[in-house]
Amino acid sequence: MKVLTLNFLTCAVKSCKSSSDSFPLHPKDAELASDDVEVNPELLVNLLPRLDWKALKTTSTELGFPQLPDSPPTIDELQSDDKLLKDLHSLLMETNLMEGKLVCGVCGHEYAVREGIPNFLLPSHLV
Amino acid sequence: MSRPEDTLQADVHYDDVEARKYTTSSRIQNIQASMTRRALELLDVKTPSLILDVGCGSGLSGEILSDIPPEEGGPHVWIGMDISPSMLDVALQRDVEGDLFLADIGQGVPFRAGTFDAAISISAIQWLCNAESSETSPQQRLARFFGGLYQSLKRGGRAVCQFYPKNDVQKQMITSAAVKAGFGAGLLEDDPETKNVKVYLVLTAGQSAVANTKSGDITGVVENMEGVDVVDNRKQAKSGKGEIKKGSKQWIIKKKEQMERKGKVVKATSKYTGRKRRIAF
Repeated sequence: MKVLTLNFLTCAVKSCKSSSDSFPLHPKDAELASDDVEVNPELLVNLLPRLDWKALKTTSTELGFPQLPDSPPTIDELQSDDKLLKDLHSLLMETNLMEGKLVCGVCGHEYAVREGIPNFLLPSHLV
Repeated sequence: MSRPEDTLQADVHYDDVEARKYTTSSRIQNIQASMTRRALELLDVKTPSLILDVGCGSGLSGEILSDIPPEEGGPHVWIGMDISPSMLDVALQRDVEGDLFLADIGQGVPFRAGTFDAAISISAIQWLCNAESSETSPQQRLARFFGGLYQSLKRGGRAVCQFYPKNDVQKQMITSAAVKAGFGAGLLEDDPETKNVKVYLVLTAGQSAVANTKSGDITGVVENMEGVDVVDNRKQAKSGKGEIKKGSKQWIIKKKEQMERKGKVVKATSKYTGRKRRIAF
């Protein structure tokens, strides 16, 4: 799953819904893979306001990437700076979490990730 | 022919053999493709968007989303959820571009508020009308699903779910669950009354901040489409009886007539009936 998805994914456990710490999920024992995806500038511009930059910083540091700047780029910066666009694209769309676990900061539930697919099936007492 | 959801649960029915059959059948591929395109028409996404594919299966509809050309508003990035590991396995083999999740939609939609521009579902949500264990009911599953979907869509976002209702009861159950979750909901039926009827549940999640839609109402979705007849069965806000305001002279006269018909003694109506008295104290 792409790093982009990690920026939107929360814990599925019912009691975690009210807490803001259930987002983002923390990757553990992560194995990454790189994909080749065509750059889609319109999509990144569309998504930019919706990205949670603080969470993205947390996730990217946890995955072992160099720290991102504190504030997100503006839409103009993104549209004018080609390298910035490529870097953001490479992080969000081309970096994939293939194996590992996603841990919730609140309840501690671990979601296993295998072959890029996370298992979000919950036992009924947690729903 | 019996319906698959009457015999087995979704993840058990779609095992490896069934998953392979489903995906390699050209007939199914064609039907799914045409339904996906119809759903996209109803979604009307004009720019590349983040789309949720509910019950994505082996990625048949997802592939179409990824292949929409720029002149038609694509290509889109999608995230798919499905309960069957075998179907997701086939999706992996077909190397789909979307992210896949092994999840039960009846347990909710685990994304933060306002994540998706739109949501699409092809032939999936009728599976929610069956609850396999005694721990949960169809109503609960439907409520969890639509509640989760509502909050994970951006304001003004649309969802189109093509499904196969077993009967009118199921149609009602699904539509009312969607309305209860806060959606504006409408059902579109292609080829109604025929064997090939296709039912699409069209949902809007609130109003978008930019008020560019002429009609915030659900009927605005099919405004520009040809060949669609709108049947509006919603209760009108004003009931027939509400025409006469309670306490007014007309209401008093109506009540007097009612009592007279019953046989009671009623004073004659005059210019003094229901006149505003001068309050002495």
